[in-house]
Amino acid sequence: MFAVLIALAEIGTQSGFISPLSFPKPSDVLVTFGELYDSGRLWRHLGPSLTRLLIGSVIGVSTGVALGVLIGLFAYVRAGFVPLVAALFPIPKIALLPLFVIWFGIDEGSKYALIALGTFTPTVVATYGAVDNVDRTLIRMGQSFGLSWQSIVRKIVLPGAMPGILSGLRISLAIGIILLVAAEMLGAEYGVGAYILEAGSLYDLERLFAGVVILSVLGVLVSFAIGLLERRVLRWRI
Amino acid sequence: MEIRLSGITHVYNGAEVLSDITLDVPSGRIVCIVGPSGCGKSTLLRLIGGLERPTQGEILQMGASPPGCLNPLTYIFQDFALLPWRTVAGNISLVLEDHGLGKAEMNAIAENVLARTKLSDFRNALPKQLSGGMKQRVAIARALAVNPAVMLMDEPLSSLDAQTRELLVDDLIDLWTRTPFTAVYVTHNLAEAVRLGHSVVVLSRRPGWIREIVHLDKPLGDRHLGDPELDRQQQHLWSLMRDEARAADAELAHV
Ligand SMILES: Nc1ncnc2c1ncn2[C@@H]1O[C@H](COP(=O)(O)OP(=O)(O)OP(=O)(O)O)[C@@H](O)[C@H]1O
Ligand SMILES: [Mg+2]
Repeated sequence: MFAVLIALAEIGTQSGFISPLSFPKPSDVLVTFGELYDSGRLWRHLGPSLTRLLIGSVIGVSTGVALGVLIGLFAYVRAGFVPLVAALFPIPKIALLPLFVIWFGIDEGSKYALIALGTFTPTVVATYGAVDNVDRTLIRMGQSFGLSWQSIVRKIVLPGAMPGILSGLRISLAIGIILLVAAEMLGAEYGVGAYILEAGSLYDLERLFAGVVILSVLGVLVSFAIGLLERRVLRWRI
Repeated sequence: MEIRLSGITHVYNGAEVLSDITLDVPSGRIVCIVGPSGCGKSTLLRLIGGLERPTQGEILQMGASPPGCLNPLTYIFQDFALLPWRTVAGNISLVLEDHGLGKAEMNAIAENVLARTKLSDFRNALPKQLSGGMKQRVAIARALAVNPAVMLMDEPLSSLDAQTRELLVDDLIDLWTRTPFTAVYVTHNLAEAVRLGHSVVVLSRRPGWIREIVHLDKPLGDRHLGDPELDRQQQHLWSLMRDEARAADAELAHV
């Protein structure tokens, strides 16, 4: 499917049917990408982006899973936090960036916070839904055998909720990538978002598309990695 | 360990469920409990297991637990309650892991109970690969692993088909004959009750009180399918229960 679309674009631009001003030649994008790689600028942009995505989403996902489990298990935590999460969920997180810049500084801190918050809310919702769906008889079994509270969470609740948590992770990380680019466009020297913004402001379509391709590849890689993780962790379901 | 219930009465939101139950569960014996639907059998089991406190009356545990007992009162569930992500051996080690046993000791216990339930060849299978009867055998192995003082079994075979049920009754008799265990066994199936019970407690419809306790003296190992003596006992139990069951049914229809 990808290949067909790219081939069509290439034929269209080669034959002059599509104006080079509106759409770059895929082969030119590839050349630009090669230059980017050779000059070492690829890593100068991609490196910080990956770090931001990694740190931000690790913070957001781990706190999200923790709160989601607590909401799923304790009625009073649910009563307190579900309205809060419901209030946070629909806020376009990017609108909060100026606030985060004031709180956490113009540098990395605000970007981590933005990505963390963006991945946090969908993770919480996915996790407590998944915990709700864990078979209660299994939990009662654990209690009747006198397992400790930690054992019940670690060995019964978390594995039982894992399918739901992982499908939530796909959504969270996609949101994380979107927020990453948005944050980098609003204020960063390096990063894929900054690169795309710079290219866009110069109407350098080849570089803009090279940046977009990097993002798609990143998205595909993330989804592939989650797929691998699912196959490893959820082998018992097949 | 022996369990003695005296004068147990239990009330749920103003509705009496159990009424003045006095009952002994002697050590090394299987006590079956039969009665019409909704008469409070599961409730009685929960009270014995300490999951709930009776409204009135006392439940005494007398005598020490057997040596190496990790969980004195252990349930066997009707729906097996196996973790689907753990293998047979993993499901058994689950209940041993919290007790600070060494790895070698845990393995020895697991191997022992797997051998007793004839599951040694399936130790690495996942639950979804097993039939219902095998799953219940895993659950029984898991219960045996903690060497319980009393096993509390709530209709453990009622989700299985008739043949599998027969096989498992034989397995339970076998297990008991080799190493007697103490159990309270709730069932709807009177044939099961007369094959497994040293005594059979017949409860009335709700609120459940004890209609009669039938003692069966024939050793478990000598009770075979179609034994006229057992058939007679089963007939007797049914005659006790028939009217209760019919009345209970009619009551439910009115709700
Ligand atoms: N937690 C509870 N709160 C209120 N009522 C309950 C509760 N648990 C059981 N009951 C009621 O107590 C009665 C006895 O229930 P129980 O489950 O002990 O019956 P049972 O003999 O095990 O029935 P069955 O043969 O259908 O398994 C039922 O009428 C039930 O509706
Ligand atoms: Mg019941």
